[in-house]
Amino acid sequence: MIWDKEFETLPREALEALKLKRLQNVLKRVYSNVSFYKNAFDEKGFKPEGVKSMDDLKRLPFTTKQNLRDNYPYGLFAVPLESVVRIHASSGTTGKPTVVGYTKKDIETWAELMARALSAAGATKGDIVHNSYGYGLFTGGLGLHYGAERLGASVIPMSGGNSKKQIMIMEDFGSTILTCTPSYALSLAETAEEMGIDFKNLKLKAGLFGAEPWSEGIREEIERKLNLHAIDLYGLSEIIGPGVAVECMEAKRGLHVFEDHFIVEVINPKTCEPLPYGERGELVFTTLTKEAFPLIRYRTRDISVLNPEPCICGRTFVRMERVSGRSDDMLIIRGVNVFPSQIESILMNIEGIEPHYLLIVDRKGNMDTLEIQVEVNERVFSDEIKNLQILGKRIEKDIKDFLGVSTIVRLVEPKTIQRSEGKAQRVIDKRKI
Amino acid sequence: MKIDQISVFLENKSGRLAKVTRVLGEAGINIRALSLADTTDFGILRLIVNDSQKAREVLKENGFTVGKTEVVAVEVEDKPGGLASILGVLSDHDINVEYMYAFVERSGENAIIICRFDETDKAIDVLQKNNIAILKGEKLYQF
Repeated sequence: MIWDKEFETLPREALEALKLKRLQNVLKRVYSNVSFYKNAFDEKGFKPEGVKSMDDLKRLPFTTKQNLRDNYPYGLFAVPLESVVRIHASSGTTGKPTVVGYTKKDIETWAELMARALSAAGATKGDIVHNSYGYGLFTGGLGLHYGAERLGASVIPMSGGNSKKQIMIMEDFGSTILTCTPSYALSLAETAEEMGIDFKNLKLKAGLFGAEPWSEGIREEIERKLNLHAIDLYGLSEIIGPGVAVECMEAKRGLHVFEDHFIVEVINPKTCEPLPYGERGELVFTTLTKEAFPLIRYRTRDISVLNPEPCICGRTFVRMERVSGRSDDMLIIRGVNVFPSQIESILMNIEGIEPHYLLIVDRKGNMDTLEIQVEVNERVFSDEIKNLQILGKRIEKDIKDFLGVSTIVRLVEPKTIQRSEGKAQRVIDKRKI
Repeated sequence: MKIDQISVFLENKSGRLAKVTRVLGEAGINIRALSLADTTDFGILRLIVNDSQKAREVLKENGFTVGKTEVVAVEVEDKPGGLASILGVLSDHDINVEYMYAFVERSGENAIIICRFDETDKAIDVLQKNNIAILKGEKLYQF
């Protein structure tokens, strides 16, 4: 189902014209209202009035997370605070969080985009949306909430945690749409199993899952265990929150980027050169309609590929492949690109292995080495050396088979790998190149 | 007939073995016998103690990965050929020894061999039928 037929199926030519008009508009606004952008544009000799085609976008400077930190908390807002009706923040990996603001109109836009996303997952006003995204500074909870209300559905504002109660409410209230992170969906499946509740007897028909990278394997597992259609939802608080791109249930192949509100580009993260459709690189977004916190060419660090092929659902928006990793944690081991998330998914497929691991990259002579530290818990421990050696060899073989890179697995004592409260430190690169 | 053995996973770094023995000592646990199997990266410490339940608890509290295995304590006459005759019997019955370690009891007449078999029940059966003395746990823990 398509929520906003006019815009979501806009012919490409009309869409490009709309994007250009909106781009010219936002560039003028940031130039006159945000000193950071005025300085950045002046430095490049860039005049907003000079933008005549989408190609001019390539001359614009990028905005990075560091720029956001440097302007903490309100330095990049393009409207006075009295026009801001909502403030959200994302968890900072180090130190201060990233602060974003919304005007009344921004909240309206966001609700519209989330209504589109819910519709793409098959939700209608007759649905009961069970929202298990966290409510608070995080954009997930409130983003979904406003979108579901805009759709006219009945929202249950569950937030995360208290899984038994979540299952009870799902059963008693007849929830039909579930919204949460994919990992929490799997955790809910475990809880239901412990409670002796079969999802086949619940009314859930679809789920919108996002806010963390997940694989096709996890999708299959969620669909099987929760007996619903699992739809991928993409967003980041800097751009607007959830509702930047969404899969359609018709194809489930790539996420439609809401291009009438965001320009998406893919660049080579090393050279910063824009890449053509079909080439993998870092996603870069420019917001076209946001008032309080517009961003120009924001580098997301998320790695994906764009697909311009028309989709069976009728939407004309370009599709991005599910995010396969982040450019700031990609490792090149003897010429092979390896993402920690890939190693993680291999480890998670091995019975008994803990989701705590550390990758140590080093260079011996001219050869890169990759050591994977894995904690030995009671489920995998044995009093016999050979059994532990078999475990290590099995992990090395699985990684070699899947990723084509040789590794050394090192078994370490439990809880010796540092736990993190925010984003985990998974990689130590000791190479001096 | 079976004896409780606890095993502890240890990384090959200095101070880990000392930590295990200190934790056990502070909990008033006496080590009866031990063996350490090691690779370049890690080792497995196997212990017979006077209170294996308590030993497991205190080691777990201190963050160690601890396992429990059933082993057999075989009494062997402390003289040339003593061990060979026992191993001969086991081999005749296709029983594999995964690992073993030995100590000499206080009287000095007999050696005690702690054995981990691939088929523990079958091994006990064979040993008994061949009149080879198997030590009961209580006796071993009390030495």
